[in-house]
Amino acid sequence: MHHITLDNETDFDGWRKAARALALNDVKPSDVSWRVADDAPELFEPTAPPLEPPPGTFNVPAKFVELAEAAILHRNPERFALLYRLLWRLRQNHDLLDIATDPDVAEVAAMAKAVRRDEHKMHAFVRFREVGREQNSHFVAWFEPEHHIVELAAPFFARRFADMPWSILTPDVCAHWDGHAVSITPGVSKSEAPTTDRLEETWRRYYASIFNPARLKVTAMQNEMPKKYWRNLPEASLIKPLIESAERTASAMIANAAIEPHKSQKRLEPAKVQDMARNHDDDDLETLREEAAGCRACPLWKDATQTVFGEGPQTARIILVGEQPGDKEDLAGKPFVGPAGQMLDRALEEAGIDRSTVYVTNAVKHFKFVPRGKIRLHQKPNTPEIKACRQWYERELAAIKPDLVVAMGATAAQSVFGKITPINKNRGRLIDLDDGTRALVTVHPSYLLRLPDADAKAREYQRFVQDLKIAADVLRKSAHAA
Amino acid sequence: MRPRKFASVLVRAVLMRRSSGNFGLYRFFLVNPRLAHLFMICSNIKLTAPAESIGINALAIHEWNQRDSTMDVQRKLEILADAAKYDASCASSGTEKRDSSDGKGLGSTAPGMGICHSYAPDGRCISLLKVLLTNACNYDCLYCVNRTSSNVPRARFTVDEVVKLTIDFYRRNYIEGLFLSSGIIRSADYTMEQVVSVARKLREEHHFRGYIHLKTIPEADDALIAEAGKYADRLSINIEMPLENSLAKFAPEKDMRAIRRTMGRLRLKLDEAQENNQTATQTKPPRFAPAGQSTQMIIGADAASDKTILDTSANLYGSYRLKRVYYSAFSPIPDASRALPLVPPPLLREHRLYQADWLMRFYGFDAGEIVEEAAGMLPLDIDPKLAWALRHRDRFPLDVATASREDLLRVPGFGTKAVDRIIATRRLTSIRLADLARLHIPQKKALPFIVLSDHRPSLHLLDGAGLKERFKPKATQLGFGF
Repeated sequence: MHHITLDNETDFDGWRKAARALALNDVKPSDVSWRVADDAPELFEPTAPPLEPPPGTFNVPAKFVELAEAAILHRNPERFALLYRLLWRLRQNHDLLDIATDPDVAEVAAMAKAVRRDEHKMHAFVRFREVGREQNSHFVAWFEPEHHIVELAAPFFARRFADMPWSILTPDVCAHWDGHAVSITPGVSKSEAPTTDRLEETWRRYYASIFNPARLKVTAMQNEMPKKYWRNLPEASLIKPLIESAERTASAMIANAAIEPHKSQKRLEPAKVQDMARNHDDDDLETLREEAAGCRACPLWKDATQTVFGEGPQTARIILVGEQPGDKEDLAGKPFVGPAGQMLDRALEEAGIDRSTVYVTNAVKHFKFVPRGKIRLHQKPNTPEIKACRQWYERELAAIKPDLVVAMGATAAQSVFGKITPINKNRGRLIDLDDGTRALVTVHPSYLLRLPDADAKAREYQRFVQDLKIAADVLRKSAHAA
Repeated sequence: MRPRKFASVLVRAVLMRRSSGNFGLYRFFLVNPRLAHLFMICSNIKLTAPAESIGINALAIHEWNQRDSTMDVQRKLEILADAAKYDASCASSGTEKRDSSDGKGLGSTAPGMGICHSYAPDGRCISLLKVLLTNACNYDCLYCVNRTSSNVPRARFTVDEVVKLTIDFYRRNYIEGLFLSSGIIRSADYTMEQVVSVARKLREEHHFRGYIHLKTIPEADDALIAEAGKYADRLSINIEMPLENSLAKFAPEKDMRAIRRTMGRLRLKLDEAQENNQTATQTKPPRFAPAGQSTQMIIGADAASDKTILDTSANLYGSYRLKRVYYSAFSPIPDASRALPLVPPPLLREHRLYQADWLMRFYGFDAGEIVEEAAGMLPLDIDPKLAWALRHRDRFPLDVATASREDLLRVPGFGTKAVDRIIATRRLTSIRLADLARLHIPQKKALPFIVLSDHRPSLHLLDGAGLKERFKPKATQLGFGF
């Protein structure tokens, strides 16, 4: 029989050293007993001489060390033996820790969990009381942890309250912070701790006021804040009276007839004077935009953030029409600001067109999508939606009276021509529209983004730029004519 | 700062305060409504003439005015915490790692779990000092305790008062930080500026490194929102109602479109800060609310079905990458509106919605499949995953040894952690009936749906009509018939 004596309750290094030597000497877990130095000594027990660690070493998973470091802080006196048994078994089966259903693994995991929970609760339920004021104040707390966690939990308080000296007193050990380092001293009795603080009454009033008597859930509270903590929480003495009067208060609220509503207390700042210097040329588009913001002509408005109206000068000679706003456009309220917009900007620049001189809009002005977790999957608008939205395109067209309309993609072409119009058959040439404007059909820039093959992408991009160059030509000619 | 070696040298606190015993909360319901009305003076809203004060003599007015000027912070705290408690959000997790170990500030964050420093008997976590800057409000939202026509007493904190309370509470380890909201006074921008100035002062002057959650006022200026995001860990805007027309009915001054537009603006800023973080080029990213944005929906004030509510949540999660949608059962409030009669809050329904929300976010369920189409409502007697499984019995029993992660997540009683453990364990050993307890899986719930190495449910049970009955909570026996 080997009797191992550890320095103290949290002596992980001592346990580790002893366990290593025992394991390397092939000492069976059943042949070891563990105790802590300040326990009552077990007299008259024959003790085997301390083991010399034989040369050599062995590996354990990093996860085991992490688990053991936590579990050793548990108050269960069997923990040292249990951890040694687990270590012993780990040497035979390196994957043992992954078997969550193994009784030893489950027990050690439960112990580690209990320790971490206790540490978490200590972070939460320590209540400091101020001793002295101003420059000389010192914050002191009394706490009774369930496990040996004071040293484990202390660094949290040091990082959080670095600028104030504090002490956490417990029956086991006490932790102190002086602004530079944490020191640990022996445990004390509760009578050493201050009994009051000037803020406690304010805190208790807050506690009573933030409680909603209409939704009493005492078990939910007790699951998270077990009674064992109550004796050191200044607010806990309110719990009983609050519960007792809750039902009365809640039913009184329901029963009380509403009294005369109070006179409005509105104090509004004067509304901002509208900018009178607004350019009158933009008036029509501005009115349209405001009207379109409340459009309910099809159901797409419901799920979308906002109407994304066209953007650009009323004097534009070209209108670029896309399909519909995407995710980013929907959030920003502006057309072509997402990835497709960046592709368009690049192509326009290459074709020699300044985007700020053209009017950019979409055939459908709300984003159509289905939510999938954290993203929104784009959905193609259907014919009724395109038709419902066409009024806005027609009114944009009438307000601007451009020389050329560029329809990008099938949806835009359907809107511009008023019927389904294939892209490939019609692209690359100017088509006369009934009202004297001309139209040009090309692909939607997002089509370029979707092409998987890099060569095809480059080729199609060039074709897109070529199409836009036709538009640039029209722009130059109309400038000449003017 | 002086080093402290032994706790025993600590002096006892010397400051005694007046004893407690009355809970501010209850005064609300006991006071003469006239006096409550006069509490209006406590805010910056003055009655224009004594005549307006429903016939109370000038002396009384004078007396109350006196009280106004000396209204202490405790009383304000009672009013403004009471006014803030209907906001369910309490999270203090998910933000960046910060502490004050450089010695130049106060506070730290707990990014992993967040810390609840207390629990009220309503089962809600008290993590942050949750208050309004003022409960005076221009809006008249029927469901809201602070609506302009309500007769509740009004108060307004100064910026310094909130800052001081936050720091005083924080130093005593009562809270993780501040959750500040406000009634809308004067204008969106004015209100937002007031809210931001508290956060600015905490961060810039007091180097406060704890958690800050700010309510964002829809339609507030972009620069103010950017500044709010610079100081806050989390921003939130409440959507309030799942449907646009209910919001229009219950909160005539609120605009669902404006709320969604602002959520969209927040997401663009959140995305930008995150992208910059990833690329980490020369320029430092503009810090913006590292704990993201959240929102709250009131349950049970309007007639919206659970299906509508969950569809709205799915839309919000997808559109604005919300960290959380909080569901808040419409709860009786003091001085309710005649137009919205009070009933006990539908707490169980709220609980089922949270469960359904979890199914969407962590269990791979789509909003559309959680609620039975025809019913439109989640069953109250059993949880939504079990209800789904009972509707899809053809997909069971599932062999735990071979089923995919996605399928395992759909087994009633299987949590995400249990599924992870099963997947790690089953690679090494088979899973038996006796293992379920060690995996923390409730046997009764899971067994009809799974095959284990030593268990196969009777198909008779799985297909039988009795299965559903098995899960229903037992009716409480109310009395014996003689």
